[in-house]
Amino acid sequence: MTDALAKRASHPKRIFADTSVDHSEGMSYLESVPRRLVTLYLPLGLILLVLLFPFYWMALTAIKPDNQLLDLETYSPFWTWNPTLKHVEKLLFETDYPVWLWNTMLVAVCATALSIIASVLAAYAIVRLRYKGARWVGGAIFLAYLVPPSILFIPLSTVVYQYGLFDTPFALILTYPTILIPFSTWLLMGYFKTIPYELEECALIDGASRWQILVRIVLPLAVPGLISAFIFCFTLCWNEFIYALTFISSTQYKTVPVAIVTALVDGDIYRWGSLMAGAMIGSLPLVILYAFFVEHYVSAMTGAVKE
Amino acid sequence: MTDAALRPAAQLDLPPLWERLKTNRDWLGFWFMLPAAAFLILFLAYPLGLGIWLSFTDARLGRPGEFVGIENYDFLSDDPTFWLTVFNTLLYTTVASTIKFAVGLYLALLLNEHLPLKAIIRAIVLIPFIVPTVLSAIAFWWLFDPQFSIISWSLIKLGLISHNIDFLGDPWNARWSVIFANIWRGVPFVAITLLAGLQTVSPSLYEAATIDGATPWQRFRYITYPLLTPIIAVVMTFSVLFTFTDFQLIWVMTRGGPVNATHLMATFSYQRAIMSGYLGEGSAIATAMIPFLLLAILVSWFGLQRRKWQQGEDND
Repeated sequence: MTDALAKRASHPKRIFADTSVDHSEGMSYLESVPRRLVTLYLPLGLILLVLLFPFYWMALTAIKPDNQLLDLETYSPFWTWNPTLKHVEKLLFETDYPVWLWNTMLVAVCATALSIIASVLAAYAIVRLRYKGARWVGGAIFLAYLVPPSILFIPLSTVVYQYGLFDTPFALILTYPTILIPFSTWLLMGYFKTIPYELEECALIDGASRWQILVRIVLPLAVPGLISAFIFCFTLCWNEFIYALTFISSTQYKTVPVAIVTALVDGDIYRWGSLMAGAMIGSLPLVILYAFFVEHYVSAMTGAVKE
Repeated sequence: MTDAALRPAAQLDLPPLWERLKTNRDWLGFWFMLPAAAFLILFLAYPLGLGIWLSFTDARLGRPGEFVGIENYDFLSDDPTFWLTVFNTLLYTTVASTIKFAVGLYLALLLNEHLPLKAIIRAIVLIPFIVPTVLSAIAFWWLFDPQFSIISWSLIKLGLISHNIDFLGDPWNARWSVIFANIWRGVPFVAITLLAGLQTVSPSLYEAATIDGATPWQRFRYITYPLLTPIIAVVMTFSVLFTFTDFQLIWVMTRGGPVNATHLMATFSYQRAIMSGYLGEGSAIATAMIPFLLLAILVSWFGLQRRKWQQGEDND
């Protein structure tokens, strides 16, 4: 700090120049460019490199011809001059990959829709109806969020079997909401709290029922929250693995993550090209969705933590 | 006489049952809670209880078990593999969570600086968290391939090592490899949530401290850290919970091998319950995770309470 001031004092011109700098930068103007290079850009660059390299490697492997994949000496492994779509083609036309993608999409959309409907009702009741014990129910829902699938999958598999849902898409559509409802209820409770009371009071005086208030007043105002909840739930569904692995046994009902590790890995000859192509195509829908709704995504993640 | 006069009046005051079901606050609350409650009771609370019950039975796949008391736990306590998985799980959770916290906080502090293309960099940082774990775990599997690993290749070319590293074949290498993959996947979550916390810290506090001659370390220690404590407690609870119960990464990369070196309690219970069919024993392993999880929740809860008490706030 003191040497930063000393540096500024030794360069009177810079002090002058700095006064014209936009102060929204905060105090970063106190640091010199070389210093920022070492303390900020270098570590940030390194971390970003490590975070992104696996994706680069995934994409590169997916388009490399087979002979280049396994020969690291003749060809530079970090680049390829003859990209090929052979792996993607093989994946889409010689395996059930499109079916798995469709299953994942179907399960994710249905489970998310169910969860959002249930959560909207529950969150509204907890925040605005304030029935007897609403606070306790809110706490219980938060606790439900902390129950991990890894301790539930064994008893759930027997439950799913008892209900006759084993090895059908319904096993997943009906069990995923247990992961999604606590999260999205908690998120929506936060959003509903921000909607002014007065609006609802006016509507009540005008003779609206609670249902009408929810549908015509609260929901239109909570659209950003609904989008956040929807995307986050959708991502969680797409990511879910242990239930899908346990409850589904026939290949035609598998979701992408499970199918890739069980059906696409045949014996000892790993088809790295198709595997990576599968991993990449499986992630693309989420990445595209994420690219469009970054802000909603971040607010869902931080909102659920902050509440 | 007076009774007779009063009774009809009392009945008149009370609206008909149907009307009460539609307008009474508690009844309305009940109707609104019904869908969520149905899901959570049928598929969460009931299985949770059932799981604990199963752990006291000798149930097998496709055969309901009989009550056997603590036989499963007794058996597990004599099973060295079980204690190995407990050790693995604790090692995995402690190391991965600590490093995730350190790197995540550091990354959050870096991202909180004034940067060109700030928004894009932040969006990119979160990508490892968006991509399904299984799919990135497959990429790591390929990166850690014993023969064609690009990491080994690069290190050999740099002259640092002479042979390929057997990342997933050697017990300790495998442990560090899966821990690395877990850190890679968890850092963005920690960083972005802590960043959201950092953005609520008023810059004028730092300016005031700077004028008073505080060093960067002092600014971090006495401004950033205390103001961030509540959100750190919550984020780390989640991080510890999800790391402790991790299944996907291990299952894809090593399936618990080599020689059970990377088996976590979750993967071990899957192996015993679903693959070998011993539902009771698997449930006992899963149930054994609950005390650890409760401990993690309590620690962070009391951490939060202490914080509030220090700041003299009521509970919100």
